[in-house]
Amino acid sequence: MNDGASAIASEKFVADGDARVRIGTWRRFAVVGLIVLAAALPFGLSNYQVFELTQVMIYAIAVLGLNILTGYNGQISLGHGGFFAAGAYTAAVLMHRYGVPYWATLPPAALVGFALGLLFGLPALRFEGPYLALVTLAMAVATPQTLKYFSWTGGNQGLNLAKPAAPPGLGIDRDRWLYLFVFVILLLAIRIAANLLNGRTGRAWMAIRDHPIAAAAMGIDTARYKTLAFGTSTLFTAVAGALSAIVVGFVAPESFSLFLSVSFLVGSAVGGIATIAGGIIGGFFIEFVPNFANDISDAAPWAIYGLAMLLFMYAMPRGVVGSFGPLVAWLRARSGRAAAVSEVSALSTNAKPRQTSQGRLE
Amino acid sequence: MTVKHTMLAGLSAVGLIVAGGLAYAAGQYGPGATDTEIKIGNTMPYSGPASSYGIIGKVDAAYFAMINAQGGINGRKVNFISRDDSYSPPKTVELVRQMVEQDKVLLIFNSLGTPPNMAIHGYLNDNKVPQLFPATGADQWNDPKHFPWTMLWLPSYSTESHIYARYILKNLPNAKIAVLYQNDDYGKDYLNGLRDGLGAKANMIVATQSYETSDPTVDSQIVALQASGADVLLIAAIPKFAAQAIRKVYDIGWKPTEFLNSVANGVGTTMKGAGLEKGVGVISAAFFKDPTDPQWQNTPEYKEWLAFMNKSGLSANVTDNQSVVAYSFVQTMVAVLKACGNDLTRENVMKQAASLHQLKLPMLLPGITLSTSADDFNPIKQMQLEKFDGKTWNLFGEVVSASGS
Amino acid sequence: MHLFLQQVFSGLASGAIYASLALALVMIYRATDLVNFAQGEMAMFSTYIAWMLVNAAVPFWAAFALTLVISFIGGMIIERVVIRPVENAPVLAAVVVTIGLLLIFNALAGWLFTYTLQEFPSPFPDRPLFGALLTSRDLGVIAVTLVMLALLFVFFRFTTIGLAMRAAAQNPASARLCGIRVGRMLTIGWGLAAAIGATAGIMVAPILFLDPNMMGGVLLYAFTGALLGGITSPVGAVIGGLIVGVTENLVGTYLIASQLKLTVALILIVIVLVFRPNGLFGTAIVRRV
Repeated sequence: MNDGASAIASEKFVADGDARVRIGTWRRFAVVGLIVLAAALPFGLSNYQVFELTQVMIYAIAVLGLNILTGYNGQISLGHGGFFAAGAYTAAVLMHRYGVPYWATLPPAALVGFALGLLFGLPALRFEGPYLALVTLAMAVATPQTLKYFSWTGGNQGLNLAKPAAPPGLGIDRDRWLYLFVFVILLLAIRIAANLLNGRTGRAWMAIRDHPIAAAAMGIDTARYKTLAFGTSTLFTAVAGALSAIVVGFVAPESFSLFLSVSFLVGSAVGGIATIAGGIIGGFFIEFVPNFANDISDAAPWAIYGLAMLLFMYAMPRGVVGSFGPLVAWLRARSGRAAAVSEVSALSTNAKPRQTSQGRLE
Repeated sequence: MTVKHTMLAGLSAVGLIVAGGLAYAAGQYGPGATDTEIKIGNTMPYSGPASSYGIIGKVDAAYFAMINAQGGINGRKVNFISRDDSYSPPKTVELVRQMVEQDKVLLIFNSLGTPPNMAIHGYLNDNKVPQLFPATGADQWNDPKHFPWTMLWLPSYSTESHIYARYILKNLPNAKIAVLYQNDDYGKDYLNGLRDGLGAKANMIVATQSYETSDPTVDSQIVALQASGADVLLIAAIPKFAAQAIRKVYDIGWKPTEFLNSVANGVGTTMKGAGLEKGVGVISAAFFKDPTDPQWQNTPEYKEWLAFMNKSGLSANVTDNQSVVAYSFVQTMVAVLKACGNDLTRENVMKQAASLHQLKLPMLLPGITLSTSADDFNPIKQMQLEKFDGKTWNLFGEVVSASGS
Repeated sequence: MHLFLQQVFSGLASGAIYASLALALVMIYRATDLVNFAQGEMAMFSTYIAWMLVNAAVPFWAAFALTLVISFIGGMIIERVVIRPVENAPVLAAVVVTIGLLLIFNALAGWLFTYTLQEFPSPFPDRPLFGALLTSRDLGVIAVTLVMLALLFVFFRFTTIGLAMRAAAQNPASARLCGIRVGRMLTIGWGLAAAIGATAGIMVAPILFLDPNMMGGVLLYAFTGALLGGITSPVGAVIGGLIVGVTENLVGTYLIASQLKLTVALILIVIVLVFRPNGLFGTAIVRRV
């Protein structure tokens, strides 16, 4: 991962290299514990709560994808709902029309997401700020229309999917099985994202985001890396879409409105854009805050939801992780350990490019 | 008082089964029902682009509150749990699972929209939870053989289209028909229903144009439809776009025979919005009393409804047709629950819902009643044609039902 | 030929609607370097204020003027109270705040005024013109949009405050050194944008009918129009809005089924933007190293 210090990475990154050796064991221990806990969680909850948490993880993967683009590459997207839909429909059509087993639909969905991302990434190279937002917005707006137009997508009616059963012999029900299935994909996604971001590719992305001209001068193929960022980002989001189709068991054009894209963006901002853990927090926000808003006000749930967005941004303009990350790092530094960053602490500390995340996203 | 009275009138027909045997039996209860309470679940778009339909849930809730204040249904209070799904099917699934698995509701009532209901259709039928009277007029809710736990309420959109088709075949046999429809399941149901209804003569439809709800206007569509040379126009649009369409047709000097879907035939909304004089001659079909049509405003049924709306703090919504539809929805639900007596199992709820016999509701048009049976989950099969005269709708012809079903 | 003309003119009429809101977007962008996603909902809310005034028997033009004043003040208050706290935060935070504002205004309007469709009076007579190619209401919207454009042009070009505002948005640090009160410029910018939005809302409400979701679709088109024209250029915004209106109509009439017209129109616009990445009339965003 951290394959040597590069001139582009900040000095902090260089320091992290050996810090990791010292505290690696502890950290690994904590992470394994956390994973075990999360895997055991569904067995203490009701089916409905398990389903809810599964949704959270799906949104987390989608927001993680958006974070790669927004946080690490400095590009804003209002169209990730469209890529989410592309993944969902890839899975749905394969399952519904061709009887493909649900788990086998993920690679094709990933491929479709990646290809679409490259396709959008190319023109997007020429765009900045609001212009990129428009191009991606076009994706979000065009998606439901296009889905309605063709009959193989089920048109306006959408497609009803048979819900996958748990493998026999495991002794768990469908909801818990799907939770574990999505959980594994989420872990995989985090691992891949961490590897990418802490490696050569990630550093190139950050360099492009922070100092595009300097990065180009240093020989980074800006166009290639930017397009790649787009493709990777949409790949994640499309896989999340496929999982959503599998878990919800139904897709319709209305499931993928413009508001879904906006929700992802909000989730990304609330969690903390340049972070992996931010994706998970974003997932929780998207899933639970609207419910919570509805609990408070039947009459105007959106007013409460909007207010929650405002308050979060005032309290933590860099997102939850972005605002707490530095604090965590500072505490760590005080307790005598050098600021620690490993593949998992990318989970929390990667908010480091502070002044840069202010850079022109718009 | 009068509410009770009318309800009872309706119930006398339904309640025969219950009358005798169950009076002494201890209550039989499914999930969500006890000696004191009946839990009912519902999803509505209280936020988002479809939020204008949220009024349906508000009227439902207000009506249940009124029933509770009057002592409830057979002594049981209704606990109506209505949640916001923003018209997003995945959210509907989540909320309905919460209601069924956590809140343990007896049934799901009046959830709004075809896609949200589609998303929970399978789940509710698999788990044998009644999905009663969804607020959508798609045909698939009437399929008792495959989905015995789901029952339609609204006359389906295609039923209405069939009625127009028969009128056109009879009175305008050489018509060239243009259709403006909303690009979703609702609009397409009207279009396909018309095609079906015309049968062999479906080629009478010479042009179709669709709009999205995000379109600012439908002017361009109307202009294109006029250019097709059509002399009949079917408008399958919600009030905002229906009003724009009627106005534009008039403004460009096109004079087709216009058919307006019942979804948007409010005098005080669509017709007034378009300009009353521009809608003269428009034909529509109706099954309930338009609250903005002066011809009903002196009837006791209207006044009773109005009093209910005002008392419930919904006086700002009295020009909205949806408030009347919702009122009739919820009265049907109350009638079914009353008929259940003390046997509040999910099975009996479906049985009673499938045993409606000419149930009359105060705000439905005279002559229109609700009837169901074990193999007929389509309670309202009739509508009446009406023509706009610049002030009010004039009903004409008989109460008609769609051809086959 | 008649069909073509009718489609072009009805496209111009819709385009003028987009253009009027696009002007407000440009105003905010020039003043604060931010796309305000709540612009449409703010305009809708202003229109409800006008509607209440008219219902309270205030004469139309008085209600109009009063609404502009209220909106101007309201816009300034929003900038001070809601936007100011994220002024120095990452841009994404500001974007999310405007999205939150959108939701709040939409929900508040639904709560206060219900979602029932309302008629809104037009100051212009309701009469078809030029062989029914346009109505006088459409013409009114076009005229008002052009007047707003002219006023904006004069404002940014010739007034001290307009120039100061441009400076404040483009280079706050230098502007501050020149003695420009940057904060005040931002506040005035939001006030003006709110007033422009209110004008747009009042002009289009008789055509679209008033409900809390009135501006949802319009914002989308206005955003597209503003960017097509060049987000920094008022002239561009108007021309962009008109092009979007006409393109969509022609695409829907001649190119493809109406179900896909918006999709195809958007693709065409994106293709145009590939060749003019700063819009037709926009100036390049200059990056400092």
